[in-house]
Amino acid sequence: MLRAEGLKHRFGAVRALDDVSFSVQPGQTLAVFGPNGAGKTTLLKVLAGLIQPQRGRAHVEGGRRVIGWIGHQPQLYGQLTVRENLRFWASLYDVSPPGDLLARLGLDDHADRPVRALSRGLVQRVAIARALVHDPTVLLLDEPFTGLDRVAAEALRRLLGDVMKQGGASVLVTHNVEEGTELATDVAFMRAGRFVHFAPRAGRGPEQVAEEYRNAIA
Amino acid sequence: MTAIALLLLAGVYVRALVYTPVERLQGLAQKIYYLHVPAAVWAETAMIIVGIASTFYLFLKDPRLDRFAYASAEVGTVFAVLMLTTGPLWGKPIWGTWWTWDARLTLALFLFLLYVGYLLLRSAVADPSSRARFAAVLGICGMVLVPFVHFSVYLFRTLHPMPILLKPSPPSLPASMLTTLLMSLGVFTLLYVGFVTQRYALGSVSEPLEPMRGTDNA
Amino acid sequence: MRSPDLLRHAWTVASKDLLVEFRSRTGILSAAVFVVLVLMVFNFGRDPTAVSNVVLVPSILWVTFTFAAILALNRAFQLELENQALDGLLLAPIGRGSIYLGKLVANLLFVATVEVIGVPLVALFFNVEVWSHIGPLGGIIALATIGFVAIGTLFSAMTVRTRFAELLLPAVLLPFMILPLAWATLATTSVFAGRPLSEMAGWLKMLAGYDMVFVVLSLLLFPATVNE
Repeated sequence: MLRAEGLKHRFGAVRALDDVSFSVQPGQTLAVFGPNGAGKTTLLKVLAGLIQPQRGRAHVEGGRRVIGWIGHQPQLYGQLTVRENLRFWASLYDVSPPGDLLARLGLDDHADRPVRALSRGLVQRVAIARALVHDPTVLLLDEPFTGLDRVAAEALRRLLGDVMKQGGASVLVTHNVEEGTELATDVAFMRAGRFVHFAPRAGRGPEQVAEEYRNAIA
Repeated sequence: MTAIALLLLAGVYVRALVYTPVERLQGLAQKIYYLHVPAAVWAETAMIIVGIASTFYLFLKDPRLDRFAYASAEVGTVFAVLMLTTGPLWGKPIWGTWWTWDARLTLALFLFLLYVGYLLLRSAVADPSSRARFAAVLGICGMVLVPFVHFSVYLFRTLHPMPILLKPSPPSLPASMLTTLLMSLGVFTLLYVGFVTQRYALGSVSEPLEPMRGTDNA
Repeated sequence: MRSPDLLRHAWTVASKDLLVEFRSRTGILSAAVFVVLVLMVFNFGRDPTAVSNVVLVPSILWVTFTFAAILALNRAFQLELENQALDGLLLAPIGRGSIYLGKLVANLLFVATVEVIGVPLVALFFNVEVWSHIGPLGGIIALATIGFVAIGTLFSAMTVRTRFAELLLPAVLLPFMILPLAWATLATTSVFAGRPLSEMAGWLKMLAGYDMVFVVLSLLLFPATVNE
């Protein structure tokens, strides 16, 4: 569903991606762990098509239409209501917002309030709704749990699970090994633009993966 | 260093020009003409070269093209400033005012503003690859603007003749003046090439020393 | 990137911008206040015995519109920057051209609103008769505005993330505004002087040519400002 072949990209003298190749099949969640500066966000941006890699190719079946990105940026217009925001983003994908999306995130009561009037926790959930408004099957997640409150984090986990069950694929990058391992089917460690480990999770628990990560990266 | 040698050579040459053919149509002030006209030619041409290099840069993404565009812009600025200073120096004795909106001076001002804008934009963008891209965009716009300015400024002059004496148009010059002019033009060509080579060389050394932009927080 | 999609998505972007603008309203109100301020300064500055209003008005009109336009141009991409939404727009399956065109349309409508407020105000404050010339005047205003807003939208995409964005944009845009401004002022002067339309035709043709070239160029160059 998603494939990277020999990706190489540098910013000046820094190698953000140094020959990265992998593929992700439907139903798989690849968690990429790595310290800051390892090239994780660059990898996601190349997969999303936001950056053209200097060498190699990335391919996502279905193109930008099926990609959903969840990162730090809420990408919501404060002056518009929740509903208006969702409708805007959905129309860029030529769809209408799914009828039950608001309900699944507990946002029904706030649908017609401007986003800037909402509390932080609510905004986080609207951001998640926005990312999923076009029913993406490929999810790219950039440190998605950072700063999420308990309710939002729970909602995110639930929705991710739903997408996976329907045969989606996702790539999750984070430096928080404990959180990421729970969701992963496959695990990779990234350092200085390379994968120094790439294998199915195979039943390993968060502590074990964290241990291996520390050994690999240190 | 060829550049310095060229510079000296050019300097000597220019001095020779000023002293050998002593034309007296408009007195000594007319000699400025020999500096002014070639400077004008190259100020315009340099911008067009910036545009061409920029176009190639956007397609090929070779940083050397960007460096070349930058070098050409720096030299073009020098020539534009030369025009702006020699113009009034020539005009004052003849017309009695420092500034006049005649075709060539107005053109010089336009070019100067274009170059300044280009240099300002470059200095305002920290990231090298964005800087090159943005400079290229501006460079191409500048290149397209030049013919508009050139033709409308000259058109303008014919529609609205100045109430004071126009400078003599150069089509029919006595042979000796023409040779001098051509020699000067040749000298300026050498100057352009020499300066650009020098700035380009400086650019290739100084650029790798710039601080790198971060990768993961892109 | 097919044409109907390009335009449809451009309209989606533009209408979103307009909706946001409408909700906050501070933008257009500030612009209106600004126009009044500028006109007041002009009024205090002139000497009524030296130059008649009719001669002064074209320059006043165009200086006012230009200032207002420059202030307005940053708003388009500033909006995306504030809400960190630009990446979202780039991720969506829409052509880059749609983003440019959408921003262009929103900017044009914003500046047009300022102009619609400005012309009657100028007529009022400086006691000139505008209504009889409103046709040709409207045409000139439209053509000149398209010219510098098209380039301004392109440049603002680049300057919005720099440190002195509000200062850098005018600095970079200035050489590109002078020509349309000059032609427009000349044409406006000729209109107010009651000259026949054929005299203006030359200026209008230049404006139209300039517009076509730079709108197309800006559309072509826009992706380079957002794609990495």
